[in-house]
Amino acid sequence: MAGNMVTSEFLVQVDHERCRKCKRCTLNCGFGVFDFKDRVTADTSKCVACHRCVVFCPEEAITVARNPLAFREHSSWDVDRRKAIWKQAQDSGMLLTGMGNDLPWLNVFDHLLIDACQVTNPSIDPLREPMELRTYLGRRPDRVEVERSDGGFKLDTEVGNIIKLDIPIMFSGMSYGSVSINVHKSLALAAQRLGTVMNTGEGGLHEELYPYGDHIIVQCASGRFGVHSEYLNKGVAVEIKVGQGAKPGIGGHLPGEKIGREVSSTRMIPVGTDALSPAPHHDIYSIEDLRQLIYALKEATGYKPVSVKIATVHNVAAIASGIARAGADIIYLDGFRGGTGASPAVVRDHVGIPLEIALAVVDQQLRSEGIRNWVSIIAAGGIRSSADVAKAIALGADAVGVGTAALIALGCRLCQKCYTGNCSWGIATQRPELVGRLDPDWGAERLVNLINAWSLELKEILGALGVNAVESLRGNRERLRSLGLDEMTTEILDVKPAGR
Amino acid sequence: MPRAATNDRTELKSITLDAGGVYYKDLNSQVRGLIDEGYEEIVLQGVNGQRYIGDGLTQKVKIIIEGVPGNDLGAFMDGPTVIVNDNAQDGVGNTMNSGKIVVKGHAGDVLGYGMRGGRVFVLGDVGYRIGIHMKSFKDQVPVIVAGGRAGDFFGEYMAGGVLVLLGLELGDSPLVGSYVGTGMHGGAIFLRGEVCDHQLGSEVRVYPLEEEDRCQLEGLLAEFAEDTGADLSGVSLDDFVKLQPFSHRPYGNMYCY
Repeated sequence: MAGNMVTSEFLVQVDHERCRKCKRCTLNCGFGVFDFKDRVTADTSKCVACHRCVVFCPEEAITVARNPLAFREHSSWDVDRRKAIWKQAQDSGMLLTGMGNDLPWLNVFDHLLIDACQVTNPSIDPLREPMELRTYLGRRPDRVEVERSDGGFKLDTEVGNIIKLDIPIMFSGMSYGSVSINVHKSLALAAQRLGTVMNTGEGGLHEELYPYGDHIIVQCASGRFGVHSEYLNKGVAVEIKVGQGAKPGIGGHLPGEKIGREVSSTRMIPVGTDALSPAPHHDIYSIEDLRQLIYALKEATGYKPVSVKIATVHNVAAIASGIARAGADIIYLDGFRGGTGASPAVVRDHVGIPLEIALAVVDQQLRSEGIRNWVSIIAAGGIRSSADVAKAIALGADAVGVGTAALIALGCRLCQKCYTGNCSWGIATQRPELVGRLDPDWGAERLVNLINAWSLELKEILGALGVNAVESLRGNRERLRSLGLDEMTTEILDVKPAGR
Repeated sequence: MPRAATNDRTELKSITLDAGGVYYKDLNSQVRGLIDEGYEEIVLQGVNGQRYIGDGLTQKVKIIIEGVPGNDLGAFMDGPTVIVNDNAQDGVGNTMNSGKIVVKGHAGDVLGYGMRGGRVFVLGDVGYRIGIHMKSFKDQVPVIVAGGRAGDFFGEYMAGGVLVLLGLELGDSPLVGSYVGTGMHGGAIFLRGEVCDHQLGSEVRVYPLEEEDRCQLEGLLAEFAEDTGADLSGVSLDDFVKLQPFSHRPYGNMYCY
C-alpha cells in the first residue's frame, strides 16, 4: 500500500533556464526541500511555502505554487479535513500546528468602524499639535488626595509601582526555546528604543538580555522554567501565565530537540529533555491560590506589578473580576487568534472566544463592579494593524500586545510549522545555522519601523477623532459603530450599529 | 515590633524577634532589614500563620521559626536555611532554587513545587501534590525527604531531583496515595515500603536500588536524622524501592504533523 496518502500542499518549480546553479536554495531551505545533482532538484512534499528560497534566489528562478491537484468538491469534506484524517489514520496522534487560529471565524474587528469629527468638534492635526500616546500600567488608587503646599500641589496618596510606556503597544510573550535567541534580542532592543516592553514568555531570560530588564516583563508559568529570584527581579513586572489564547486550558511541550545548551541553561533543565509545562499551575486551584502566588511574587520582588495572563474563554468576565480581586495589577487577555509555537490544531482552532468580545465584557464587568481602576487590561491575540489597536483601546484596553505581527516583521511567512524547529527565517528554531540568519540589529530596526508606523497611524486616528491623548479613547465605545454584526453581538460589545 | 536583645549564643550574629500578631508584610520587611544590617541568624518567636517567610531571599542566613508559619514558606528562596520547630502549612519551598528548609512537624500540600535545588526535610507527614515538577540542573539537585506519609500525586511531572518517603510510625495507613510519579520524566523517588501498581502513574516503573542509590540514600538519611532529630535506627536500606520514569520524553509520540 502507499505509505503516505497525503499529497503535497505546494509545488516547487525551478526554472532551469534561469538557474545559475549557485545552490543558495539548497543552503537556505530549513526543511531540506532542495538537493543538487547536476542541477537543482526539489522534494515538493517537504515544502511549507516559507519563501526563503524564493526571496534568496538571485535569478528569481524559483516559484512556489499551491498544488492544483483536483479533489472532488464537497462542501462538508473540504480537502484539509480529508488530509487530517489521512494523517491521523496513519500516525494516530493529535495534529500539531503553530501560529494562530486559521479558520475563517467571524472577525469582530473587521465589523467595527471608527468615528471622526466633521464641522463641529474640529479634528486635530497630529503633525501640528502634540498627540499623547503615553500609557501607564498598574493599579490606580480608588481616590487621590492632593495637598496644597506653598505655590504647588503635593500628592498625598501612595501610588504603587506603575509601568510607564511611551506607546500603548507591547510585545507579547514568546519563550526563548520556542523562538530563537535572536528573536529575543531583536524584541529587547526594539522595546528599549520604542520605550515599551517585551515579555519573556515562559522559557526564562538569557543572561545576555539582563541589561534590558527595564524593558522586559518576566513570566512565571506552570513549568517554572528559569524562574528564580534574580530573574524575577530583572524585569519591570512579573506575569503569571495561566493560559494562552492559542491553547486555552492545556500545557506546553517543548520537544527535547529544541533544548540545546543555551536553552537548557536559560530554562535550567538538562539538554535534550522535553520541557513539559503542566496544564494548570499546581499551586493555583482557586482565586485564593492565585492571590497567594501574586503576593509571593510581590514579596520576592519588592512589590513590582504582577500581571495575570489568561486565554479568553466563555466565562472570562467573572474570571477577570476574580483576578482583579486577587490583587493583580494587570490582566493580560489573550484572544483565540493568539499565536503559539506548538498546539494541537483542534484546540487552537476551536477553543476560546474572540478577543474583541472578551475585552468588551471584561471592561464592562470591572466597571460595573467599580474596580476597573484596580487593573490595567492588555489585549492581545489577534492585533494585526493600528486599526485593531485603536478599536481594542476603544473597547477598553489600556494597551495591546503583538506577537504574530512582530514575527511577520522579522520575516515569518505564517507557514505554521514552528514546532518542527526548522524555521528557515531563524525565528522558531534553535539550529545555529538558521538562528544566525536573523541579525538582532536588523530585526530591531524592522520592529521599530513597524511600531513607529502604527504609532503614526494611531495619532492620525486620534486626531481625526478630535482627541489629543490615547487616554481619551480608552473604553470610549461611543466612537465605535458596528457594521454587519448581529444584534446580540452588538449589544454584548455595547456599541451602536452604524447609523445610530 | 518589640525587639529582644541581641544574643550571642552562637558564633553567628543573631537576633530574636517577637512575631506575635505582626502582619506578614511587616514581618518579612523587618527580616529583610535585619539581613541588610548584617544579622546572620534570625529567630522568629510566636509565628502564627504569617505567609512568605524567606520568600525570594538570596543570602545565606539562618531563620529559626517558633510557631507555625503560613503558606509559601521559602518560596523562590535562593540560599537561606529555615528551621521550623513546629508544623508548616502549604506551598513550602515553592520554586525554591537553593538553601534548606527543615520542618520538625508535619507540612501541607504542594511542597517543593517546581523546586530546582536545595533540600526540604519534613519530620512528619506531607500532604498532596508533593514535589510536582521538581527539576535538576547541573549541580543543583533538589531533595525532599519526608519522615511520614504522603497524599496523592507524589512527584507528579517530576523532571529531576530526589524524593524520599520514609513512612516512620506508619501504623495501618498507606505510605502514599495514588498517581505517584504521573508524567514523571526525570529524577528518582525512593519509597520505604511497597507500592501497588494501581498507585503508580503510567510513566514510572519500580526498580531495585543500585549501589550508588544506596550511597546517596545513606548520606541523605544521616543528614535528615541530624537535622530533624528523627530516630532512624529501625530503617534499613533494604526496605526501599526506587521509582523512575522509563522515558525522558513520555509524550513524544502523542502528535502527528
